[in-house]
Amino acid sequence: MEILLVFIIGLLHAGGLYMLLRRSMFKMIIGLILLGNGANLLIFLIGRLVKGKPPVIDEGLKVFADAYADPLPQALVLTAIVIGFGLQSFAIILIKRVYNVLETDDLDELNSTDEEL
Amino acid sequence: MSNPYIILPIVFHMAAAVILMFCWFQPRVQKLLSILFSLIGLGISVWLFRLVWHEGFQVTQAGNWDAPFGISFIADTLGSTLGLLSSISLLAVSIFSTVSMREERIKFGYFPTLHFLIMGLQGAFLTADIFNLYVWFEVVIISSFVLLTLGGKKTQLEGALKYVSLNLLASTFFLIGIALVYGLTGSLNLADVAIKIGAVENRGLVNMTAGLFLVAFGIKSALFPMYFWLPASYHTPPAAISAIFAGLLTKVGVYAMVRMFTMVFIGDTFMSITLSGLAALTIISGGLGAIRQQHLGKIFGYLIICHIGFLFAGLGIFTELALVGTIFYLIHDIVVKTNLFIVAGLMNKLTGSPFIKEQGGLYAKYPLLSLLFAIPLFSLVGIPPLSGFWAKVYLIQASFETREFLLVGSIIFGSFLTLWVIAKVWSESFWKDKPEASSSGKPWSTFSTKEKWGILVPIMFLSIVSLYIGLAAENIISLASRIAAELMDPSAYINSILGMK
Repeated sequence: MEILLVFIIGLLHAGGLYMLLRRSMFKMIIGLILLGNGANLLIFLIGRLVKGKPPVIDEGLKVFADAYADPLPQALVLTAIVIGFGLQSFAIILIKRVYNVLETDDLDELNSTDEEL
Repeated sequence: MSNPYIILPIVFHMAAAVILMFCWFQPRVQKLLSILFSLIGLGISVWLFRLVWHEGFQVTQAGNWDAPFGISFIADTLGSTLGLLSSISLLAVSIFSTVSMREERIKFGYFPTLHFLIMGLQGAFLTADIFNLYVWFEVVIISSFVLLTLGGKKTQLEGALKYVSLNLLASTFFLIGIALVYGLTGSLNLADVAIKIGAVENRGLVNMTAGLFLVAFGIKSALFPMYFWLPASYHTPPAAISAIFAGLLTKVGVYAMVRMFTMVFIGDTFMSITLSGLAALTIISGGLGAIRQQHLGKIFGYLIICHIGFLFAGLGIFTELALVGTIFYLIHDIVVKTNLFIVAGLMNKLTGSPFIKEQGGLYAKYPLLSLLFAIPLFSLVGIPPLSGFWAKVYLIQASFETREFLLVGSIIFGSFLTLWVIAKVWSESFWKDKPEASSSGKPWSTFSTKEKWGILVPIMFLSIVSLYIGLAAENIISLASRIAAELMDPSAYINSILGMK
């Protein structure tokens, strides 16, 4: 299972970076979303995957007797997903506004803030 | 010492923003409340700073979960100083906004967003948890996105797209870095990570994680070669928004960098050489960029980049003396850059053009105002005894001591370029006659009394603060030395978070 996730994370990062390097605004935001999801999966994976071991200490014991699932990465991922969702939806709306105002999807044509001296 | 009230700056600015939201359609009420809240916020920051200065670090554990399991907040000298400086900037900007910000923007929630931005900054300065730092960063950037796009002019949207996409990328890198830190040490509490990271055997992975943090904070603080979003976006919003961005946003990236690279990723020669090299390149490319520009906002934007290089130079040298220089420069830079963009906004208004070619004759028309403008401009260059000078003395001395002559050269070259640029602005905008063909601005005499005071008070306030930094430099140096000593030996920070004696 872990090895599969590793490949998926690699694929998401590679795909995200490829999309970021394209000239289209729309593809750039897709790239950012893919990268964000790759990062979320990475956090999830890095807490070590443990199956069927809830992080609850048995009755009568003071500490864990066995390996247990780490609950923290899930909390982190949940926070990161929510924040990422908010930011990405803002970026999508922004891109739509930019497209409406400038009538182009080509990032190379977005140079009016750089060129005027 | 445990003190739950240290999160007051965060809670207070959140409450301020929420109360302001209830006055959504009443610009006058919002203006008055914002100034009032900024004053109270400054009071809280002063209280926190004095408490930390006299009684040492103040810690609180969220939900009473002991560190390293819960989220810790700590007010140390660096954090409380920066919190104080952001309150100073907020007060100046909120007074300036009341007269310079157009009604439409206020009706779209300018003031609540401004207070949310400051809440995020205060949180970032107080937290001692890496993931929590990420969350505060997101609060800061989402507020800055809203402020940057507010109004929706064509250039604003275009600048915002560049700013938003690169900042989202930086956040992703930050998140990946956090994931790796958690994987390596099993903790996210800064103090706990600082102890555990030394025992990690896989040094290669630690260095790679440091690299990810370098890219993430490098993009946020406009480090070479990741600064291109800054000159493309900072001149597009109104002057008040540019001022708060210039003063605080890149600096929070520098703060995070200083924190991480003095506590967690230390003692690596390669990283220190990389930082020094990038600092030198940032200074040179920012300075050269500023020379070429004609747009006042962009000139100052490139100067921000140039001076971010000075801050990183101290971190790259990494001796106590160099850190004194960095911290002193940070304190000076926040105040001066905020003031500079407010002044730039007023210069645009008076001459009717943001391009220095089309400006002119300011000195002949307004000699007293020019004298006031001269304070931030010359403080920036670092003409003794103004504030920029002392920090550079420390930085240059520290680089001589460690025999980093490349850095000495680039710091001097960077200061020279700054001098050249400011001299150019001074001669073009102040001494030269106003070109006949150019559009005429709004003369000072047509401003109403309220507008005059709303513009002059923040500029005077910030100028007095920067004069104090320059003329009472021994106080600031003792502050900076104390912070630098704490950064070089983080055991006090670690012990107070983990509750060890």
